[in-house]
Amino acid sequence: MITTVYCSFCGKEEADGDHAFCRQRLSMIDPPRYCAECARRMVVQVTPDGWTARCSRHGELGSAR
Amino acid sequence: MTAAPEQIDVLDEAREQVLERGVGLTEAQVLKVLELPEDRIPDLLALAHEVRERWCGPEVEVEGIVSLKTGGCPEDCHFCSQSGQFPSPVRSAWLDIPGLVRAARQTRDTGATEFCIVAAVRGPDKRLLSQVRDGIKAIREDGNDIQIACSLGMLTQEQVDELVAMGVHRYNHNLETARSHFPEVVTTHSWEERWDTLRMIRDAGMEVCCGGIIGMGETLAQRAEFAVQLAELEPDEVPLNFLIPNPGTPYENYPVVEGAEALRTVGAFRLALPRTILRFAGGRELTFGDLGAKQGMLGGINAIIVGNYLTNLGRPAQQDLDMLEELSMPIKALSQTL
Repeated sequence: MITTVYCSFCGKEEADGDHAFCRQRLSMIDPPRYCAECARRMVVQVTPDGWTARCSRHGELGSAR
Repeated sequence: MTAAPEQIDVLDEAREQVLERGVGLTEAQVLKVLELPEDRIPDLLALAHEVRERWCGPEVEVEGIVSLKTGGCPEDCHFCSQSGQFPSPVRSAWLDIPGLVRAARQTRDTGATEFCIVAAVRGPDKRLLSQVRDGIKAIREDGNDIQIACSLGMLTQEQVDELVAMGVHRYNHNLETARSHFPEVVTTHSWEERWDTLRMIRDAGMEVCCGGIIGMGETLAQRAEFAVQLAELEPDEVPLNFLIPNPGTPYENYPVVEGAEALRTVGAFRLALPRTILRFAGGRELTFGDLGAKQGMLGGINAIIVGNYLTNLGRPAQQDLDMLEELSMPIKALSQTL
């Protein structure tokens, strides 16, 4: 279970400001770049039908498309 | 009595010059097309589509791309989230050989005939070329005969020869923008250095893929300049990207190109490059949405990147394949030349 504290598009706290633009980008063309739990920049690999995003502390996320 | 030059409709000129004779528009003519009022866009797209069908045929070339080496690039291309010179959130990553083989398989399974291996580098070093060589070998051992293209930055003659020996049939190296605008976009290398690599590729017998990005602060005149400079190169393929303003790059606050302007650009580039594969590439999701993508396909585009891009996501491949079916556009088969 991931605790979403930080915006995975901009890396700022979810509670800090409006993230509507971030959510729009994430829903359209961007994989997550920041760990939602600790805001570390993740190592992201995009492939033709999916992506993986790895945080050194909280592990890997992925989404096959 | 002959009409004064300013009274001649550029689309009438294009119909005779480009559609009938296959001669691309001049820079001045392309500029006129880019300045057409919005109510002329349907006429432009209809003509561009006729030109594409007449000189390229009905097939659409489908391609998938993957980033073999992401991020950490020493160059300062201002549009690029993979430059190590900007505070972009993109971190360096290498795709391993099994990952590359899987990506090629995913691409083939969409019906694509092209698979482009891309690296964010100034030019390839021995390690990267070795990874490409091993990757191509592994893709072939996987029983995948998809055509392989590469995009690895600027090359030496020796590297060009190595890629030919590996069986790379097409090389992508974008000029990105007009020569006159390039110094505003990149300062770590020159437009001419890119041009030199492109000439070596052509001379070695590889297909040349060279395009750029629209919406990087260039004027309409520079956009016209760029179209004609590309035509002068006579590339086999031109990928047309629309700027994605990515966080941390110098262009992060640039506006997304508006749909009407983008469609005008698609039509104008087709009329400048009647016989070239013109590919929808990055940024179309933001710029066009679903409706605009169809208009573009009916406005001169005859190739498409399906699935995701290098660091950004695209529409699911099936969505684009469904669109092509809906438009009754056949997908180019392997080994067929457009």
